[in-house]
Amino acid sequence: MAQPQAKQTTLEARLGSMALPEGGLWASAAREAALTRLQAIGLPDRRDEYWKFTRPDSLVQAEAPHAALFLNDDEPDSFAAVDRLKLVFVDGVFDAEASDDLTLEGVRIERLAVAAKSDIHWARDLYGVLEGRGQTPVARPLATLNTAYATDGVLIHVTGRPSKPINLVYVHKSEISDAILHHVIKLDPEAEATILENGPAAARFNKVMEVDVAEGARFHHIRTQGRDHERRAATHIFARLGAQSLFKSFTLTANGVMTRNECVIELLGDDAVAHVAGAAMGDGDFHQDDTVFVTHDALRCESRQVFKKVLRNGATGVFQGKILVKPGAQKTDGYQISQALLLDEDSQFLAKPELEIYADDVACSHGSTSGAIDEDALYYLRARGIPRPIATDLLTMSFLAEAVEEIEDEGLRDDINSQLAAWLERRRR
Amino acid sequence: MLEIKNLHVDLEEEDKTILKGVNLTVEAGTVHAIMGPNGSGKSTLSYVLSGRDGYTVTDGSATLAGVDLLDMEPEERAAAGLFLAFQYPVEIPGVGNMTFLRTAVNAQRKARGQEEMSAAEFLKVVREKAKTLQIDADMLKRPVNVGFSGGEKKRNEILQMAMLEPKMCILDETDSGLDVDAMKLVSDGVNALRDEGRAFLVITHYQRLLDHIKPDVVHIMYDGRIIKTGGPELALEVEQNGYADILAEVA
Repeated sequence: MAQPQAKQTTLEARLGSMALPEGGLWASAAREAALTRLQAIGLPDRRDEYWKFTRPDSLVQAEAPHAALFLNDDEPDSFAAVDRLKLVFVDGVFDAEASDDLTLEGVRIERLAVAAKSDIHWARDLYGVLEGRGQTPVARPLATLNTAYATDGVLIHVTGRPSKPINLVYVHKSEISDAILHHVIKLDPEAEATILENGPAAARFNKVMEVDVAEGARFHHIRTQGRDHERRAATHIFARLGAQSLFKSFTLTANGVMTRNECVIELLGDDAVAHVAGAAMGDGDFHQDDTVFVTHDALRCESRQVFKKVLRNGATGVFQGKILVKPGAQKTDGYQISQALLLDEDSQFLAKPELEIYADDVACSHGSTSGAIDEDALYYLRARGIPRPIATDLLTMSFLAEAVEEIEDEGLRDDINSQLAAWLERRRR
Repeated sequence: MLEIKNLHVDLEEEDKTILKGVNLTVEAGTVHAIMGPNGSGKSTLSYVLSGRDGYTVTDGSATLAGVDLLDMEPEERAAAGLFLAFQYPVEIPGVGNMTFLRTAVNAQRKARGQEEMSAAEFLKVVREKAKTLQIDADMLKRPVNVGFSGGEKKRNEILQMAMLEPKMCILDETDSGLDVDAMKLVSDGVNALRDEGRAFLVITHYQRLLDHIKPDVVHIMYDGRIIKTGGPELALEVEQNGYADILAEVA
């Protein structure tokens, strides 16, 4: 389909002098195919149905907007207390010195930059493939751009149950960096792994993570997106779930002038479970968007979307969440909740919950609310002697709890909770 | 301990006068009960004393141990020694009961310039007090009042009272929603706290709570005023004859 002239112009400007990274047969084929797809769909603009609430301009413009560096010296980095295998990227460039040895039992970890040079690789069956599947019925051009131009990332093949999480650490050191990373994670049947991600990554970050969860495998994902106020990020997760598999993803977004997190999940095997959750906290110049699309295409699958946003001083939160139940996906159990706690009158929450159901024996529920602190609860706490600011923080933590409780591991949950509490404490007045 | 003089209170939203000149003195070491028909202003009195939003004091005063209550924030009143056991305790998902209790205890201590209680010390004390109220470890761990039965919620209120050790305890229809056994348990908890330096104001519709928590003085409230004050026998009279006789007598 021919694109409107404006879209063509935007795409040409964005691609500018960028060349497809060089690579072996499999990677080149995937990149060229992605570029062809991208040229057909163009980059997002405000007229696109799923970009009405979030201005794509800063994410598609040729140069990454300037983002001042942020010194995070008042709290430990996320997951600092967790025994983990660390892979560090600085402004999108792998930092071997800061990273751990990539050897870990039960998993094979390779860098895309290295693996792309070979002519044959297992990632061929997934790289750009899950992303491609996720382009219908809604186009996600920034992910296609990523598939074509990502220079690095990690390819993780989980064959067993590695003893510790793999932590992708994204450091931001340049005020104009424009990073594109693409990860592929393949879990064999009955395998189990936890992936942690943290850090702002770059002035502008475009990241795709494709996850293939085979029968009976279990995937856990917890990320924090960094406290840099001026950073921008467009991230995508594309997950495909086999029978009786589990996928759980939790994201903490605290600060960031622009964040768009898309998550596209296909439940293809019977009895699979997918939970995707997020807690976002924004103060002032903050725009955070969760766009989620869950497709049920098998029997008795369960999906949960739990998104909570705390907004103040004119911050904006967006939620666009869909549950699509295909014909025959009987006994589907779908749940979706998106809620915003507006701490003042200037902040706003824009939500578009969608259900599209073609099976007749399913249970799907969805809800979306926005509101202020519950005055009755506030009074109750204050009547016990808890001063208003502390009581407000407790109730804010209470509001976020349903999302945070989606994290199974207690240690990781505590880590996230302490970051939430610290964020609130810094703003106490 | 608690001294209320000529208290007049309007409901902000409806521009309606609820309390029309309440006079009440509760001495340290005593238990006073307030009874009265629905809508007479009993709960409003407890809310106004504890500092809930939505009420305007148009006249009169209320002091706790000589300190003006009405000028203070709710948390300051609590730190000054006032405690209200709620008729409908609020559920707070995601905040553990223990965290809530410890935050409250330490916030009050801090406000009074006392040292905060250590986690270990707090745990020891709370376990001890919880045991006498038959509150198990699970109830302490669960989010505040979430999924608690009516009786559990009221016992939890008494546990908070026991931990905070207030000077002046107001119990707002603590007997509502309680079965006989739960009422006994709650009353025992209250009686255990009876002390020379502490006073109680028990708001109730029914005599049966007063069988367990024996009052020194009983007040009848009607249309925003205390219309009659007497000994425990007054509660029995209400139980047997209702309010009609008393109202007729005053009118």
